[in-house]
Amino acid sequence: MCVYLDHNATTPIDERVFEAMLPYLNGSCYGNPSSAHRQGRESQQALQYAREQVAMLVGVQPRQVVFTSGGTEANNVALKGLMAVADIGSALVVGATEHSSVLEPANVLQHAGYPLTFAGVEGDGVVSPAEFERALAEHQTALASVMLANNETGVVQDVVQLSEIARRRGVMMHTDAVQALGKMNVDFDALGVSAMSLSAHKIAGPKGVGALVMAKGLMLQPMMHGGGQEAGLRGGTENLAGIIGFGAAAALMQHGLTQRVEHYEQLRERVEQALQCIDGVVVFSQQARRLPNTIFFAVKGIEGSTLLMNLDRDGIAVSSGSACASGSGEPSHVLQAMGVDDSLAYGAVRVSFGNGNTMKDVERLISSLQQQIESLLKLNSGWT
Amino acid sequence: MAYSDKVMDHYENPRNVGSFDKDDNAVGTGMVGAPACGDVMKLQIKVSDEGVIEDAKFKTYGCGSAIASSSLLTEWVKGKTLQEASEIKNTELAEELALPPVKVHCSVLAEDAIKAAIEDYNSKSAIVVDAPEKIADAG
Amino acid sequence: MFKVKEWLRNMSKSEKTPVYLDYAATTPADPRVAEKMMACLTMDGDFGNPASRSHVFGWKADDAVKEARGHVASLINADPREIVWTSGATESDNLAIKGVAHFYKKKGKHIITCKTEHKAVLDTCRQLEREGYEVTYLEVENSGFIDMKVLADAIREETILISIMHVNNETGVVQDIAAIGELARSKGVIFHCDAAQSAGKVEIDLEKVKVDLMSFSAHKIYGPKGVGALYVRRKPRIRIEAQIHGGGHERGMRSGTLAVHQIVGMGEAFRVAKEELVVESERLLGLRERLLNGFSDMEEIYINGDLSHHVPGLLNISFNFVEGESLIMALKDIAVSSGSACTSASLEPSYVLRALGREDELAHSSIRFSLGRFTTEADVDYTIELVRQKVEKLRELSPLWEMYKDGVDLSKVQWAAH
Repeated sequence: MCVYLDHNATTPIDERVFEAMLPYLNGSCYGNPSSAHRQGRESQQALQYAREQVAMLVGVQPRQVVFTSGGTEANNVALKGLMAVADIGSALVVGATEHSSVLEPANVLQHAGYPLTFAGVEGDGVVSPAEFERALAEHQTALASVMLANNETGVVQDVVQLSEIARRRGVMMHTDAVQALGKMNVDFDALGVSAMSLSAHKIAGPKGVGALVMAKGLMLQPMMHGGGQEAGLRGGTENLAGIIGFGAAAALMQHGLTQRVEHYEQLRERVEQALQCIDGVVVFSQQARRLPNTIFFAVKGIEGSTLLMNLDRDGIAVSSGSACASGSGEPSHVLQAMGVDDSLAYGAVRVSFGNGNTMKDVERLISSLQQQIESLLKLNSGWT
Repeated sequence: MAYSDKVMDHYENPRNVGSFDKDDNAVGTGMVGAPACGDVMKLQIKVSDEGVIEDAKFKTYGCGSAIASSSLLTEWVKGKTLQEASEIKNTELAEELALPPVKVHCSVLAEDAIKAAIEDYNSKSAIVVDAPEKIADAG
Repeated sequence: MFKVKEWLRNMSKSEKTPVYLDYAATTPADPRVAEKMMACLTMDGDFGNPASRSHVFGWKADDAVKEARGHVASLINADPREIVWTSGATESDNLAIKGVAHFYKKKGKHIITCKTEHKAVLDTCRQLEREGYEVTYLEVENSGFIDMKVLADAIREETILISIMHVNNETGVVQDIAAIGELARSKGVIFHCDAAQSAGKVEIDLEKVKVDLMSFSAHKIYGPKGVGALYVRRKPRIRIEAQIHGGGHERGMRSGTLAVHQIVGMGEAFRVAKEELVVESERLLGLRERLLNGFSDMEEIYINGDLSHHVPGLLNISFNFVEGESLIMALKDIAVSSGSACTSASLEPSYVLRALGREDELAHSSIRFSLGRFTTEADVDYTIELVRQKVEKLRELSPLWEMYKDGVDLSKVQWAAH
């Protein structure tokens, strides 16, 4: 039996979520939510129910939730849609360690003539208020986007403080909360942002569905035209089963956060304790505020992809960082932004816990890690 | 679209469907709306010598709310004097039927229909009852 | 979520489920599709992220996506590398039209489409008009077909794109995409075709037909909602600018974690559709004939759209002197629509029927019956009886019917402005 420790890439669906989706998968509930007949109205009601569930998890009104095809679309529409309604010549600020679904739209916007400034991070991956303020002041900034929690390091940004700075300067603030959701308290109003991206498949929900949460009265230009669904903000027949699954997953996340965090912290502590005993191990952002489920580390002198392959052979699934960049061969842009040396960055391995992971899984990881690292180091020293 | 039970009741069991002879001097006929707009209402009243509406009949081409509004109206006007009937407001109909905002125009049409029927009756009859002003503006 | 289940149970107790004849709006998933999808949603199934290259969970998910890509390509006789996954046909239409417009804007800024297209195409074109593009909206003939000469005349030097749907969602009319493709290719114009309503219902061979971009949806042919695809031709190579960025999935044309279960469901739906296309078309055609025969002796009914080139399972009829919404209400024991689901909430008559030259009255009186895989003869017979009975009842209520019967020419009547 394999041990899955790559929950920041995607999570298996919770059984209860699956059960909630079932009638919408197997053809017993299938009406088009836009249809006026009974099958359609039933779907529409189920859709609204799921919207309430998602809204409740982040403390907003249901009508503030716009369903999308996932976190990537939510980030795209937030950046492009908000910049499209901003004054001509306005600038955009994004964090240097953002997910590619923020960085790439930001680059596209830059090409389209919107000045772009990166807010850099400290060595521990944190965007400091001073740096954020500097970035905002660079141009006439209309929108800033800084993620709530980083997908690779797990670093939690102080979005509350950053959004306060943004508000003082009259700048709209977006946060990508895809990785944070379910692993820490995410309260839209407390964060003080204008818009926030969410994804279902990172919280034991299905892939292919996410949401953009918007402040009341916020205007943006839709990206998907046609049909008028989602109050005109996102055309297209709704991903009914997916949205029902998202709602169910959100409802489950509503409970037991404290226990989850405690459990992950115990697992993490055990792994990091074991890692400390291995020569040349660096745990990134260890001193920063992090998600409890994420450990991002590297071993000096060991190439990450080789280690991953060997761990996979032992039945342990971890990753070298973002799944999207997986296989690209480039060192993590997150580590580069933190000033980590490329040679060390190439060795990066990410372990991320989720539902169902136990201390037993962690012990298997540790013993496999110890063995594989030892044999790889031996192999390396043989070559030199 | 969710309809109230009252709309469904009037729609499924419309009251007073039919026609009177429109050339009868005791009959007033109001035909309002247009097929292109999706609603046409024909409302007829039979008025006694004392100016009391003895009977009413309707036919309506339109959505469920339009049918229900006209059906309800025929119930309300029976036994009323022309003066009383002319004072029926569309808002009363809309409220009674719990019409959703997009369907309020159906009750407006019904109010127009009774006014038009009264006007038609008055134009035939020698007795002129105080008709409300500005019929043309309604709706 | 537990409330949803409870609520569903209560629902099923309260009244009987209407006979579903709205397959053009959406379809229930085929059991074979559902089974495949469910296998991707459990811990022991392919739940991984196909972009994860470092473990077996990712590889298995990637394999599942590959197989599905093959099935979709196979139905339309295309190369799997020409398939780009999207969240549905609306996204595919947006991606194709904006993608071409943005990529080729230096070549020209003129786009040709048609008045009877789906809103996903029309609204996207409206957006491009706001961005400075010029769009020609072609008229159609009363049959619903595009006049090829009118299309040819509309093409100009700076025309970069023609977007014409294959099968119309309201009337079921099939456009001659082979002819449009020839014309477009000869003029060096890219041809996009929305095939959301045609895939799996009429044959599509992209080796033969010169379509450059084609939009597909899964939920119209017994697959899941929320997934679709865009076919992007490789030879000659068609370029599009991505609309969703980040991660570089789908060869950079569409980023975002692939929804494996959705994609697998779409693949299976397309596989089954290919297998059953011929037999099912014949069966549906038979059912449609039966339905039409059941109405044939009724007075004042009008078929919308020419049935000579037509998708088998769809029939759009106007019942004159009966208003469509009240008829749908009367027909609550069958699930039908007056046209597109997307405009169900609006009070406007169908813009598609208006474009076919139907007067407002007839456009207001239309019902779209769309039959599908689970429709039986008994369903059709029940529908015939119910429709006849309700139309008669509503005509008894209708002042227009009365006038028509009295020999009044309704077109000569001066209607009060309202």
